[in-house]
Amino acid sequence: MLPDVLLASFLVIFLWVYTLSGGADFGCGVWDGLASGPRRHQQRQLIKTALGPIWEANHVWLIVVVVVMFACFPLAWSAITTTLFIPLTTMLLGIVLRGSAFVFRSHAGPYVEVRRQWSVLFAVASTVTPVMLGTCLAAVATGRIRMDVKTGKVTTNFFDAWLAPFPLAVGVMTLLLTSFLAAIYLAVEAREGALQDDFRQRGLMAGVLLGVVALGTLALARTGAPHLWQGLVHQPWSIPWQVGTGGVSVAALVLLWRRRFTVARVLAGAQTAGVVWGFGLAMRPYVVVPDVPLGVGMAPLSVQWSVTWVLLLGTPVLVPAFYALFRIFKGSRSASVA
Amino acid sequence: MSDLMAARSLMALSLAFHIVFAAIGMAMPLLMVLAEAQWLRTSDAAWRTLARRWARGAGILFAVGAVSGTVLSLELGMLFPAFMRVAGPVLGMPFSLEGLAFFTEAIFLGIYLYGWDRVAPRWHVLSGVMVALAGVTSAGFVVTANAWMNTPTGFTIENGVVTQVDVWAAIANPAAVSEVIHMVLAAYVAVGFGVAGLHAWLIARGNVAPMHRRAVPLALSVGSVAMVLQLLSGHEAAVMVAKTQPAKAAAMEALWDTQRCAPMELGGYSDDEAERVIGAIRIPCLLSLMTYGSLDAEMKGLKAWPPQDRPRSSVVHFAFDLMVGCGMALLLTALWWGLLVLRRQPWWERRGFLTVLGLATPLGFVAIEAGWVVAEVGRQPWVIQDVMRTSEAVTTVPDLTVPLFVFAALYAVLALTVVLLMRVEVLQQDDGARHEPTSDAEVPRAA
Repeated sequence: MLPDVLLASFLVIFLWVYTLSGGADFGCGVWDGLASGPRRHQQRQLIKTALGPIWEANHVWLIVVVVVMFACFPLAWSAITTTLFIPLTTMLLGIVLRGSAFVFRSHAGPYVEVRRQWSVLFAVASTVTPVMLGTCLAAVATGRIRMDVKTGKVTTNFFDAWLAPFPLAVGVMTLLLTSFLAAIYLAVEAREGALQDDFRQRGLMAGVLLGVVALGTLALARTGAPHLWQGLVHQPWSIPWQVGTGGVSVAALVLLWRRRFTVARVLAGAQTAGVVWGFGLAMRPYVVVPDVPLGVGMAPLSVQWSVTWVLLLGTPVLVPAFYALFRIFKGSRSASVA
Repeated sequence: MSDLMAARSLMALSLAFHIVFAAIGMAMPLLMVLAEAQWLRTSDAAWRTLARRWARGAGILFAVGAVSGTVLSLELGMLFPAFMRVAGPVLGMPFSLEGLAFFTEAIFLGIYLYGWDRVAPRWHVLSGVMVALAGVTSAGFVVTANAWMNTPTGFTIENGVVTQVDVWAAIANPAAVSEVIHMVLAAYVAVGFGVAGLHAWLIARGNVAPMHRRAVPLALSVGSVAMVLQLLSGHEAAVMVAKTQPAKAAAMEALWDTQRCAPMELGGYSDDEAERVIGAIRIPCLLSLMTYGSLDAEMKGLKAWPPQDRPRSSVVHFAFDLMVGCGMALLLTALWWGLLVLRRQPWWERRGFLTVLGLATPLGFVAIEAGWVVAEVGRQPWVIQDVMRTSEAVTTVPDLTVPLFVFAALYAVLALTVVLLMRVEVLQQDDGARHEPTSDAEVPRAA
């Protein structure tokens, strides 16, 4: 296989893993902001314990995506960083504020006011960041990022590609997906009792909303991202894929309803794969629609191969380390993805 | 402010903010591991208290370092897209290796900070060792990338697009080794003296907790050894700059005229308009001697370049003197301490020494900031030396003063909060058990 296909596959897989790990961490922040009821303190405490040891490691998946982009897809990356300057900047602000707020408030000690303010910022940043991430990903599919491939000059402005119904809808969908995942993880980690029910309820709400928004977003793709629409609906694999993703999603909800939390978590992971991999498959053959297909404006082959080898050999080395991390902090009963 | 200037300022601001936390992330794990190892060796509880207090404070700084580093990885492409179209591929390999180092660092940091009561002591120390190694490794890759901007090798460019890359030649660029060593040592110096200074200040204020008496020698040993080595490394780095980036060297040394037996200009103001240095202490021929080991070696002066190709010597020379000055002050402090230890004098009772050490707390960090000004402003007008000008690389996005002010405000708020919270960490009463990182005792499980 050519390295460009491998690298594009790596990007999709990393985005999937990031959604499941770092994405869900943002989802936890959303639930922190929405903590309510008699157990709101326990809810926040659970979120704090769940995130503490793992969020920094989970965050690195996004950095790896960025590195693969600028190392191997330099033309596409320059188009993205230029036209999506505003949502990317907003996302960065969100990333910085979320991470800082998380540690600040747990170290605020005697400063009650500091803790309160940074808690608000933690929730706001956790909400804004996934919206912006989804918006940026979708903007790449809209076909509104135009560039002169020969000179590398971008010919569109800094709003059109992302300030539109479809990309923003994908942003909201990403927010709901990460919140859904987070609620299921937290329900698993709560282990028992009323606190688990709190997150079960939240997961059910988020999951149903996610389904509604996903259908609406798919409809918006027809005019908002025509190439993606073609892939999502009109390819031979499209309909089975969509039906499969939908089926898994419904099954995840049903199992969550029936308190089969651990299995629901696995299915939610599969559902996320359906969405993220589906996006990747439907994007083919483009990296940025319509001017940068795979193979155009890529790094020299020596670079593509060396990065591919680093990822192929390096990722397996990380597996035992990640396993240890999750094993230590997520207990023996929940050693799988969290 | 022009958009180019705004873009450069934003990049500089983000780097200046991040580097403080990055240096701490690089060197602090070593101190924590040494303290914990001492505890395991001696069973002296003060060492354990110290290690846990350090870890708790450092937790804040590591997190801010991780997220502010993410800003850099994206801002490079957002502010200088044409630069990243070239640098991204050429440096793709070291950057992806760096990603692995980040993973290693973050995973073991999680285990280290939160795993005190969950893993066996030797696994805990081992996690700390992994964090320390991964931190230095990732710094090595980042600084190698910066060295490539100074001494670019291993690629061919056609019409602004990279057509061929020799991955290994790019990594093995001439400045890489000297720059990486210089930065890693700088981090150990800054953190060693910074930590020792804080504890010395607490002792001077009358805090008698035993951990402070242990903290100062440990941190100061690391800082002092690094400082002595930094003398050699600094010299090597300066020679490398003179050989590979003569314009930067001339701007650093405020050397305007090309001459044999070039003088060393200490202090003073290097006037870019008048093209001369004012008020400096001049030591004849020393620059030629130190750079080439010969009194009458010729050194190029800034006038050899047309004005538009010169870095601003006023800034670069000042920053260089500031860096060297801080280093010398720290070296003297280290020597004083060495003298006290040799004479077996109780350094913890010497008010003068404690005061000087306390005052030296920020100097290592000032030196790091100044050093990066030398490296980056000294390379201008180039973003990739002799290959691409910064003005060719900047984005077409307008109104860059807006993100500049937004990020300036953000960093100001973060810095203030960090200072406020670190004050709490430093001044809290010394019952280390009460405020330890999240342990099970602190986290009531749901009933």
